[in-house]
Amino acid sequence: MPDPLRTASGRSRAFRNPADEGLGAKIILILLALAFLGFFLVLPLVSVFVEAFRKGWMEYYEALVEPDAAASIHLTLMVAAIAVPLNLVFGLCASWAIAKFEFKGKAFLITLIDLPFSISPVISGLVYVLLFGSGSLLGPLLKSWGIEILFAVPGIVLATVFVTFPFVARELIPLMEDQGTGDEEAALSLGASGWQTFWYVTLPNIKWGLLYGVLLCNARAMGEFGAVSVVSGRIRGVTTTMPLHVEILYNEYNMVAAFAVASLLTFLALVTLALKTLLELRFGAGNAGGRH
Amino acid sequence: MTDTAAVASARWRLKRPSIIPGFGLTLGFSLVYLSLIILIPIAGLFWRSAALGWSGFFAVLTDERTLRALYVSFGTAFVAALVNVVFGVITAWMLTRYDFPGRRLIDAMVDLPFALPTAVAGIALTALYAPQGWIGSLFMPFRIAFTPLGIVVALIFIGLPFVVRTVQPVMEEIDREVEEAAATLGANRFQTVSRVILPGLAPAILTGFALAFARGVGEYGSVIFIAGNIPYVSEIAPLLIVIKLEEFNYAGATAIATIMLLISFAMLFVINLIQAWSRRRYGNA
Repeated sequence: MPDPLRTASGRSRAFRNPADEGLGAKIILILLALAFLGFFLVLPLVSVFVEAFRKGWMEYYEALVEPDAAASIHLTLMVAAIAVPLNLVFGLCASWAIAKFEFKGKAFLITLIDLPFSISPVISGLVYVLLFGSGSLLGPLLKSWGIEILFAVPGIVLATVFVTFPFVARELIPLMEDQGTGDEEAALSLGASGWQTFWYVTLPNIKWGLLYGVLLCNARAMGEFGAVSVVSGRIRGVTTTMPLHVEILYNEYNMVAAFAVASLLTFLALVTLALKTLLELRFGAGNAGGRH
Repeated sequence: MTDTAAVASARWRLKRPSIIPGFGLTLGFSLVYLSLIILIPIAGLFWRSAALGWSGFFAVLTDERTLRALYVSFGTAFVAALVNVVFGVITAWMLTRYDFPGRRLIDAMVDLPFALPTAVAGIALTALYAPQGWIGSLFMPFRIAFTPLGIVVALIFIGLPFVVRTVQPVMEEIDREVEEAAATLGANRFQTVSRVILPGLAPAILTGFALAFARGVGEYGSVIFIAGNIPYVSEIAPLLIVIKLEEFNYAGATAIATIMLLISFAMLFVINLIQAWSRRRYGNA
């Protein structure tokens, strides 16, 4: 095998596939792409951990066990534990109705489900402020019953449910449409009940896609910033989720603490990516396309 | 559960008969949940906006600060989406055509902006591109962070996977024989790429551009840290909504949100048109 680099200088003409770039062009393209990804993806990732450990392990540890930080971690986990199952149930229902039946207005329904993806997170929060705020009809009524939604945990949950709304449904709809209705019809004709059909036939078929959707939904639920910041009121240690706590610390120039909390969220993102890649490689989940 | 009842009574008209159970229940629940979480709150926004009247609406929109914020949001999102088209296509090309150590890892890394919380991306990019940061110090005295250029940097980060993940699957489907045919007909490699491959990728590239652009216009978390947020210069429209809300100026916030929402709906419509056109012309989306 002659050195392809030398062929370019004309010393020996080896075969080069004419439907392929030369080695020089390849190297330039790869270097361009790697430099770009390095500047915009890798260095930001590295810098989170460098900044977090700038003053050593002790400072890092103390920033995480500090009561407000611990409260924000607790709140974030709680919000995700409510929002993700809600959207999981919705995703199963919507994909069952859409993928297993033919009815009018289906395409329009799918468009509506995708709607939160094309709305600015700030507007997702704003709609709830308008719905439950002081100038609205509902807000004062609920307040007289002693129910607080805005600047309290229910508002944060609602805003999170809004922005993570499409994730599970989006993964499941194309998957279940691909699988068709044959398996379910066979099960039903053999005497299985509707619930048994779902539990023993449909669910095993979609479990990896479902896990994939839940994973993405959870990552967004724990990391949502814009929508939650509008409805939270930022009462420290009470209505601050982890991303909001990062912002507060950052604005107080408490960089080590801000990046320490941020590093936990980054770790979560890396775990999500690793599991996602694993699911894609092993089970071919997530072939639905790149609109997240 | 009136929706369920309505659907059940009309099901033989609306849907094709099937032995599979649960249509009324699942569709009914989906519609109720969709209405409560998404549709009614958005309708509320439009209702509040209509209550402003045309004059109130225009007073907010023609305000100099609002116009500048919209200009900054759309301008920076446009530039960032353009940069992402160039480097996103190169990245997708590298990932589909070349094999080298670490390709899998890089492929997985492209999704990082989907998984990383925007606030984390914001502070990390600010630390890097600030005048004393690793990258920012290389460019001094030219400043990146705390200028509109910083916003572009954040939006490049946010939009990158949209371009790569829309273009990549279409690139994988390209038939190598078409390139070989072009080569045997005397095209050099550059001509083959620019006249044969890129036109076929155009719908996917356009869709990726539109998705990255739409996401960039509404982006908030990653931008506010790096932007510097100077009114009239580097203040984005979503931030202006937040500022108006903090001043309890609900009318102002509603008007800006409504115009942004209308523009995103228009963009969604355009994206669907591109995809329908591409399905007709190329048989892929």
